[in-house]
Amino acid sequence: MSEKDSNMQHDNCQVLTFMLAEEVYGVDIMSVREVLDYTSVTKVPQTPDYMVGVINLRGNVVPVLDLRLKFGMGKTEKMVNTCVIIVEVEIDDETTILGALADSVQEVVDFEGSNIEDAPKIGTQLNTAFIKGMAKNNDGFVIILNVNSVFSQDDILSLAGTAETTPEQAAISV
Amino acid sequence: MAVDVHQEVFIQEAQELLEELEESLLELENDTDNADIVARIFRAMHTIKGSGAMFGFENIAHLVHDVETAYDMVRNGELTISKDMLEYSLKSCDVIKEMLQDAAIKADSPEAVEILNFFRGCQNKPQEAKPEAPVDNIEETSTADERAYRIRFKPEETILMQGTNPAHLLEELEEMGESKIIAHTSSVPPLAEMDPEKCYTFWDILLTTNKTENDIRDVFIFVEDDSEIKINVIDDFTTEDDHYKKLGEILLEKGDVTAEALQALMNEKKMLGEMLVEKGLVKPEAIASALEEQKHVKEMRNKKAAVESAASIRVPSEKLDSMVDLVGELVTVQARLNQTAVEDLNPELMKIAEEVERLVWELRDNTMSIRMLQIGSTFSKYKRLVRDLSRDLGKDIELITKGEDTELDKTVIEKLGDPLVHLVRNSVDHGIGTPADRIAAGKDGKGQILLSAEHSGDSVLIQIKDNGKGIDRDVILNKAIEKGIVAEGAEMTDKEVYELIFAAGFSTAESVSNVSGRGVGMDVVKRNIEALRGTIYIESTLGVGTTITLKLPLTLAIIDGLLVTISDQSFIVPLSRVNECIEFKESEYKTESCRKILKVRDELIPYVKLRDIFGIKDGVPDIQQIVIVELEGRRVGFVVDNVIGDHQTVIKSLGKTFKDVECVSGASVLGNGSVALIIDIVKVYTSIE
Repeated sequence: MSEKDSNMQHDNCQVLTFMLAEEVYGVDIMSVREVLDYTSVTKVPQTPDYMVGVINLRGNVVPVLDLRLKFGMGKTEKMVNTCVIIVEVEIDDETTILGALADSVQEVVDFEGSNIEDAPKIGTQLNTAFIKGMAKNNDGFVIILNVNSVFSQDDILSLAGTAETTPEQAAISV
Repeated sequence: MAVDVHQEVFIQEAQELLEELEESLLELENDTDNADIVARIFRAMHTIKGSGAMFGFENIAHLVHDVETAYDMVRNGELTISKDMLEYSLKSCDVIKEMLQDAAIKADSPEAVEILNFFRGCQNKPQEAKPEAPVDNIEETSTADERAYRIRFKPEETILMQGTNPAHLLEELEEMGESKIIAHTSSVPPLAEMDPEKCYTFWDILLTTNKTENDIRDVFIFVEDDSEIKINVIDDFTTEDDHYKKLGEILLEKGDVTAEALQALMNEKKMLGEMLVEKGLVKPEAIASALEEQKHVKEMRNKKAAVESAASIRVPSEKLDSMVDLVGELVTVQARLNQTAVEDLNPELMKIAEEVERLVWELRDNTMSIRMLQIGSTFSKYKRLVRDLSRDLGKDIELITKGEDTELDKTVIEKLGDPLVHLVRNSVDHGIGTPADRIAAGKDGKGQILLSAEHSGDSVLIQIKDNGKGIDRDVILNKAIEKGIVAEGAEMTDKEVYELIFAAGFSTAESVSNVSGRGVGMDVVKRNIEALRGTIYIESTLGVGTTITLKLPLTLAIIDGLLVTISDQSFIVPLSRVNECIEFKESEYKTESCRKILKVRDELIPYVKLRDIFGIKDGVPDIQQIVIVELEGRRVGFVVDNVIGDHQTVIKSLGKTFKDVECVSGASVLGNGSVALIIDIVKVYTSIE
């Protein structure tokens, strides 16, 4: 099992990697609850586009986000490999269950702390607050997301307005 | 001091006792001679003291001890109740409450010392005791034990001609307690010989009541002279003996059979009753009556035993909550089972599914009923509130409560507390004037506030009704114009004007008091009530009084819903609001203006397309449906694609993520596993208005 304890960036950690528009992202395995096949999602009216809607997770109603839309990479197309990653997020000291759409889920990888670096100040498509670290592996980088900030309430609410205007948006991608 | 489990239990128990105590004290205020109430107060205090000391709340025990002593003296007639004494007793309730919360408050805190000194003072100079009353009272109340009576009522044949209806007398008896009435009809002649104006029947009545024999005799006061009336005590529930008298003994006692005839039969082996009938010694009805009596007393004894053994058990409310969650899931799974069974056309599976359905409904109803609490417990809190407030404001106001036994879901009751406090405060402060004002207006100086609760369909109506000065619509309107909420010269109905009261920051009170007038009350009240999926409305007549009515759903967890679809999405409309559904062909209604009006049986109904509000664009079908909903007395239509039907809706919260989505109040999982959103029809309507 993982050695992970705090969210220090240079700890060893186990990461679930997944694809979003040709790029590899990762989330700490400890916050992942399960991965589901894409099922029918009920859209909730009067919500931003990246809130895909809600799904039924064994009797519980769970909101689902389209990460690609949130990160400004265009809508997720429903393909064979499209799936929903169910994560546990701390919002206002309460654990909330959320789903995130991913183009495909790859694998679980162990990263040593020494292979993880801080997020670069510029050069990524995303707001750096979303990034916990960049991990090097054989083929390239894995962008490890900080789930708490990606899904945090304030962000979800404010993002609709800010996504278009952040400087990172204009920067060239890696 | 760490609070352990036992102390937790004690605190809970003490809080309930304190509530009871407070209520009793307020009752005593109106009826200072009632020994029954004094005894109740004493008992409550004694329990608090006893268990307080046991669980390490010595300071409470210490405080209560002196108060208790004073009430003991009242009980024994050595002391009379004074206004001060009640005042301090109520205060001591408050102090004890604080002590329960915070064990650090010592018995030598200033309030506690003040209370202690007062009660010690009382004990040292007992006033001249009233010579007779209290002691007598206690004795009288102690006779109020239950007894079972056997009453034989054999009226004269001519009783009907005298204008007496025996049925009324029997009804009167029935009201006195648990009863069983057996009619003896053996002397009724065949139809041909019968005189319809004569009464051929006589009755045996078995009555378990706490009334005395004289009370029972009073019922027959007008027929006593020409009827045969026998009243015997057959059981006073004092003996522990399980066996009630044997059949023979009863018949003997009633004089239906002689001892000799009975003895002669004793050696035979058949059932005594059968034998007696066979031999023609006793009429079958007499046996039936005696057997009935045996049964009645047995039942009453069992009932009494059941009440005494386990009246209630204490369960943490989280356990109940999780049970309701589980039942909710079960309801969802059951819906899926039903759907599968119907699709499979498997009769065996369908049978099982129906069985499960029946059980699940029963389980659901039972679980819901466990969560139901009587609203009375919260009402008593307002008695105190009104009493204290009206004293502070120099008013004379009486709070009358009605329908305390109305049951509501626990969570609804909990969340109802704050809004009700606000409304009651408002009535005291704005509604009812000072005695001088009231008398000048030609009213009784004493104002009244009626707090009532009653069931109405699947909701509960709570009313706060005062006979005060009413709402002056001009004052409100002027204020609203002054604040710029309403344009000058706007024409508004009374209802719209009253609605202004709920606007944020709106208060017409001339001065801000510590009671009300800051204008932060009513908008909060309205929001809280709406959060409970309830509605609030005001009726008022200037100079006569104001009535505020809250309409609340019985339960928050599961509701009856109407399942509708728009495009490929399902939505649920709370069924309680739906009036009717009608077909709608868009082509038939040319809409030139934005106002869309529909004519249904000569009534004009405005309608809205939910499809537009929810931004669903694809494929509009030719024939749509309109769900007509009643909102604040108006009928409004909502256009949907299809109406599927009734759906037992287990409400799931959408969580914080969607807290800003106004038109949806929750979600529910359907039988096929997909999610349907529950439409908050009120919010949708206000958002487009």
